[in-house]
Amino acid sequence: MRQGTFQSYLLGFAACLILTLAAYFVASGHLFSKMNLDLAIAAITALQGCLFLFVYLELGQERKPRWNMTVFLFMIGVAALILVGSIWIMYHLNYNLMLHT
Amino acid sequence: MNEHKHHADLHFIEVSKNTIFGFWVYLMTDAILFATLFATYAVLHDNTFGGPSARELFSLPHALGATIVLLASSLTCALAMVAVSKSDKTKTIGWYGATFLLGVCFLAMVGTEFARLIASGNGWDRNAFLTAYFTLIGTHALHIVFGLLFMIVFLWEVFRRGLVPVTIRRLTCLKLFWFFSYFIWIFMFGIVYLIGAS
Repeated sequence: MRQGTFQSYLLGFAACLILTLAAYFVASGHLFSKMNLDLAIAAITALQGCLFLFVYLELGQERKPRWNMTVFLFMIGVAALILVGSIWIMYHLNYNLMLHT
Repeated sequence: MNEHKHHADLHFIEVSKNTIFGFWVYLMTDAILFATLFATYAVLHDNTFGGPSARELFSLPHALGATIVLLASSLTCALAMVAVSKSDKTKTIGWYGATFLLGVCFLAMVGTEFARLIASGNGWDRNAFLTAYFTLIGTHALHIVFGLLFMIVFLWEVFRRGLVPVTIRRLTCLKLFWFFSYFIWIFMFGIVYLIGAS
């Protein structure tokens, strides 16, 4: 079983901590408009997610055949379908039920 | 005789690999469960039925504190696994003990947040938004509870039997489970708290 080292875990921790604080201060600082703010937080969150996956969950470090990665990508596909599909459908449902005055 | 033992070891490693891969597949299905709860939360986020919105209810500093505690517990869990790879039983139990305490601390923080919301009349039965919120965060907290329970059982095994292949395999699965819990929390902190309440 592949295993990280003391240094890699410590560096990963420091990077995650910095990204967490960055997202927090972006959110509480009100530097941008709401739309840009949400995009900035989403980007920092996704970045931290990828970093944590690579350093801690050791994804993308295995040799061929990359079954862990295959299952992960399938999960991302299903999760994206559920998330985007639900939000899209409910947005249009709400929109079409509004009274157009 | 030695050849025979070598064969048995190889067989064990192969079985262990399959177990750990199977556990990874379980975690990925668990991620789909969380994706459905995230979708529910996103859809019901504005359905407050006249009640207070996420911005008025959530405390961002409190959420930040919980995030840092859980992140720190991932680090101590990782250091415990480094100790496992060096066959250091004392350090393994020590770092896992620290992970356990940080996990309890995280649960206490989520618990006080829930208690505060319920005490102010904003429990899960207040509106659809709060139902989605309590279900999402509550499901994650339940994962932490199970992680802590397994930690007690497996640490007792390590204490009794030492770092033998069976206990190492169990600790490896537990490590993946614990890291996965923080991985999910990254998105809860980002989406539910920071985007939902800023």
